[in-house]
Amino acid sequence: MTEYLAVLIFIFAGIGIVLFTFLLSRLLRPINPYHEKNINYECAENPIGTSWVKFNNRFYIFALIFVIFDVEVVFLFPWAVVFGQLGLYALVEMVIFIGILFFGIFYAWRKGALKWV
Amino acid sequence: MVEIIIAAGIKVIFVLAAVLTGCAYATYMERKVVGHLQHRIGPSYAGPYGLLQPIADAVKLMFKEDIVPDKVERATFALAPLVSFIPALLTFAVVPFGKDNTVFGYDVKMVLSDLNIGILFVFAITSLGVYGIVLAGWSSGSKYSLMGGIRSSAQMISYEVSYGLSIIGVLLIANTLSLRELVEQQASDSIWFFSNWFIFKQPLGCLLYVTCAIAETNRLPFDLPEAESELVAGYHTEYSSMRFAMFFIGEYANMIAVSAVGATLFCGGWQGPFVNEIPFIGIFWLALKVFVFMFVYIWLRGTLPRFRYDQLMNFGWKVLLPLALLNTMVTGLFVVMGWF
Repeated sequence: MTEYLAVLIFIFAGIGIVLFTFLLSRLLRPINPYHEKNINYECAENPIGTSWVKFNNRFYIFALIFVIFDVEVVFLFPWAVVFGQLGLYALVEMVIFIGILFFGIFYAWRKGALKWV
Repeated sequence: MVEIIIAAGIKVIFVLAAVLTGCAYATYMERKVVGHLQHRIGPSYAGPYGLLQPIADAVKLMFKEDIVPDKVERATFALAPLVSFIPALLTFAVVPFGKDNTVFGYDVKMVLSDLNIGILFVFAITSLGVYGIVLAGWSSGSKYSLMGGIRSSAQMISYEVSYGLSIIGVLLIANTLSLRELVEQQASDSIWFFSNWFIFKQPLGCLLYVTCAIAETNRLPFDLPEAESELVAGYHTEYSSMRFAMFFIGEYANMIAVSAVGATLFCGGWQGPFVNEIPFIGIFWLALKVFVFMFVYIWLRGTLPRFRYDQLMNFGWKVLLPLALLNTMVTGLFVVMGWF
């Protein structure tokens, strides 16, 4: 557990240094806000409509594919660590597992899910 | 207990100082190298050879007004720089930077935290970095920022998979997740001190790692999230003063972090000539290897044009992912056959 304690100290030190620089900068910098300055940037025009615009739903499909393959990678990590003791049997099993997922990405590919317009 | 906390505290101070100085001079190095690549001389006024430029930049950013536009979500807007900076920093907690030795009668491990799941920790932490960018993009209330944030998240998750897969080959050979043990396995007593580096057993893995690392850190040629010519500055369009600086430092800290992890995984970390005779020289070897990785990053930035978004996605899913899976399987076969 002491190893994780060091990580915790590191996190607090990191946050501390960030807050310290923010504080220092707050004491040093000018504060002079007015309406024109606080308008969101849109090429020096007044912003049109809301900023939460619609975006391409393909981003969502990629997120779904990502979840599948990232879980696969998570399964590979423990497998890789004990691979030396397991040998050929583990390799064959993993080839089948990855083969199924590879078929999955091939299916997504053929269906056009990986195609960017 | 108190002793442990004090020892950890001292190491934290050293690592923080090293990382922040490293970040500051990484900006200098980038400007200087890109300058020379473009037949300019880069920064040259502040101090000899412009060496004080990073300090001048820091002071300038400190004195700048912090503009918070009216339309932002204040809480997330304030949180985002922190969320993108801390994960970048945390990676250095597990990177070993020298041979264990004795200082003032105490046994000192030359690593901040010797986790037995070091690699897993690195990957868990670096994937948190995307939150900072998405939150910044979403809360800024600017269309450019939103597009930058969304693009960035899609890009980072696309390359995350290959990034994780690219190191499985190393784990198959080494059978450990601890970075300290990984470095020890790459030691060699012969005159060819680099003969046991994993880069020679995993050349494809190293190439995949570097490619994905560039994409993960949003560097050119994968810097779509920032793409100055179309998105102004992407997710940090609305940020100014120290908050902008935090994104900037975070980006450079991330670059140094992936370089340090890459050097540890593939190029023997702190291993090098004379590490047994002079223990502290390990820090120098690690720094040198990180420097080489950083130079390659900057070199690529100065050489390659930016990808188009569909090219980026195709490259990630249709080239890198199959290659990474293939690399894993072939390495597994080699290990089973006893060729490694």
